[in-house]
Amino acid sequence: MESLELIRDRILSALPQAQLEIVPNGSANNPASLRVDAAHALAVAQFLRDDPALRLDYASNVTGIDCPDVVKPEKVKITREYQGQSIEVEETVQTKIPGYFEVVYHLYSMALKHGPLVLRQRTGNRSDQIEVASLTPIYRGAEFQEREVYDLFGVRFQGHRDLRRLLMWEGFQDFPMRKDYVEPDDYEYEPTPHNEVLDKTRRHYPPEVNHG
Amino acid sequence: MVDFASANEPVVSPLEMPTGFHFTPSSEGTVGEGLLEVSMGPQHPSTHGVFRMDLVLDGETVVRLKPVFGYLHRNHEKIAETITYLASIPYTDRLDYFCSLTNNWAYVLAVEKLAGITPPERAEYIRVIAAELTRLQNHACMMGFLTQDLGAMGTPLMYAFREREKILDLVEALTGARMMCNYFRFGGCRTDLPAGWLEQTRQVVAHFPHFLDEFESLLITNEILMARTQGVGVLPRELAINASATGPVLRGSGVDYDLRKVDHYGIYDRFEFRVPLGDHGDCYDRFMIRLLEMRESIKILNAALKDVPEGPVMDPKIKIRNFKPKSGEAYGRIEGPKGELGFYLISDGSTNPYRYRIRPPSLINLTALEDMCIGQKIADVVVILGSIDIVLGEVDR
Repeated sequence: MESLELIRDRILSALPQAQLEIVPNGSANNPASLRVDAAHALAVAQFLRDDPALRLDYASNVTGIDCPDVVKPEKVKITREYQGQSIEVEETVQTKIPGYFEVVYHLYSMALKHGPLVLRQRTGNRSDQIEVASLTPIYRGAEFQEREVYDLFGVRFQGHRDLRRLLMWEGFQDFPMRKDYVEPDDYEYEPTPHNEVLDKTRRHYPPEVNHG
Repeated sequence: MVDFASANEPVVSPLEMPTGFHFTPSSEGTVGEGLLEVSMGPQHPSTHGVFRMDLVLDGETVVRLKPVFGYLHRNHEKIAETITYLASIPYTDRLDYFCSLTNNWAYVLAVEKLAGITPPERAEYIRVIAAELTRLQNHACMMGFLTQDLGAMGTPLMYAFREREKILDLVEALTGARMMCNYFRFGGCRTDLPAGWLEQTRQVVAHFPHFLDEFESLLITNEILMARTQGVGVLPRELAINASATGPVLRGSGVDYDLRKVDHYGIYDRFEFRVPLGDHGDCYDRFMIRLLEMRESIKILNAALKDVPEGPVMDPKIKIRNFKPKSGEAYGRIEGPKGELGFYLISDGSTNPYRYRIRPPSLINLTALEDMCIGQKIADVVVILGSIDIVLGEVDR
C-alpha cells in the first residue's frame, strides 16, 4: 500500500477542505494512523473505498477510546514585588487539558489484499460535543460496532440509521467503558467471604444493618 | 436510610427494574395489519445460546429481523483493562469456548506485535498444529449442529462429537484442560509437548479423513439437507464484503480472503493449502466450505507434524510477569475457525493495557443476518443462523 503521507496528499487534492492529521504510533513496527474531522469523514471514507489504487472496501475493526481530562501541574516562575524588592517565586499552575473520545476504524482491502489504514475521528470533548460521523453508509460492517461504541462510550454517530444500545439494556443510564465509570454499589447484599464486597456493603448500608 | 426489614430485600425490586429487562416489542414503528411479531430466543434451542431475534412475520415469511444481544455480556474489555497482559489470557479462553487455542493465539499475536516479539521456531509449529486441530473440531461440530437444526436429531452431531473427543484428549494432554486451555504466551507457549504427543496426534490426524469420508457420504447428497440449504439464505458477494463478513461465511460467497494467506502470520507461508470458495453464497455453500477447509487443515497438519524442530518453546528473554510494552498501539488478527478474530491493544507503558478491544467474528458476521433472512420462511432462519456459526460467549463478550 502507498505511504500514509502520499494517501493524505491525494485525499487533500480530491477534498481540499478536509482536515487531516497523521498520528504517529509509539510502537515502531505498527502503522501510524490518519485523523480526519467529523465533517469530512464520510467523504474521506468514500474516497478510500472507491479510489482504484486503495480500494479499502472492508472495515475490519471499529472501536472507541476514552481519553479523560488531564490536569497537569506545571511549575511557573513568577517575579513578585515583596517589601520593595522583586523576588522570583515558583508557583504551581494547574493546566487542564480537555479530554475527548476517539473512534478508530481499521480499514483493509479485500480486493487488493492490503492494509490496514487506521482512520480516527475525535470528538470535541467528553460532555456535550460527543458527535462524530457514522461511516455505516459506506461500510455496513460498522453498524453493530458503532452501536457498541455508542453503548459503552456514549459517542453519538451522526447518520447511523439504528443507533440503539447493543449490549447493555435499554433503560441503562451510564456508559461502562468510560474511564470514570463507577459501578453501582447496591447490587449485592448477600454476605460473602470477599472483602471488597463486604466493604462496599458497609459503605452502602448504615452500621446497624450490617451483621458484623 | 434503610431500615432493617427492607435491607434483607433486594435493593431494586424486580417490578421496578428498567423496562429493557422485560420483553418489549422493538422500539421502532408499529407492526402493520396482518403481521405478527415474534420474539425468538433467548432460550430457543436453535439460537446456540442466549441470543434473541425480534422477527416480524407475514404468515410464515420473514419481513423484518432485529437481533438482540447482551444476555451474556460481562464487559470482558473493561476487566482486561484492569489486569495485566498475562492475566487476560485465561479470559480469552471464555470468548469462543470451542476454540480457546485460536483465541489465545490472536491475543498473543497482538501483544507480540505491540512489543515486537518473535516466538521461537518450535513454538510457531506448536501454534499451527494447535490452531488447525481447533479448526477441525470446530468445523466438525458446526456441521453437526447445523444438521441438528435441520432435524437430524443427534446422529451426525454425535459422530462429530466422537471425533472432537479425540482432539480434546490431545488438547488436554498438551495444555491440561479440554476447553479452557490458557496455553499460549507472548514469546512462545506455556509448556513443551508431552512425550509421545506428536505420535498420538499423527494417529488422530491420519484417521480424520476416514471420518470426513463417512460424514460426506452421510450428508452432502442427503435430499433433505440439499432441499433445506440450497438457495436458502443467499449472501451476495458485494454485501458480504460491505458487511465485513469474514471466515467461511465470506468465502462461501466466493471472496478469496483467508488471513493465513493474506497476512502471512505465524509460519503459514511454509505450508501448501488451498482456500475453498463458494459459488452461490447460500447455506449449502457455507456448509461445504467447512468440509473442504477440514481437508486443507489436514494437509497443513500432516506437513507441520513432519518437521517440528527441537529447541525452546519460549523466548527466555521475555519476562511475561511485570510485562510492560512501550506505549503505542497494535492490531493483531488471525483466521479463527469462525472468521477474523482481532485484538486491538493500546499500551501506555504500564503493566495493564490502556485499551483492550476484541473484534469478534461471530458478532460481525451477524450484520447481514437480516438481509439473508428477509423473504425466507421462519423455519429457515434457524438454518441460516446455524450456517453462520456463532458462539454467544464471543458475540456478547
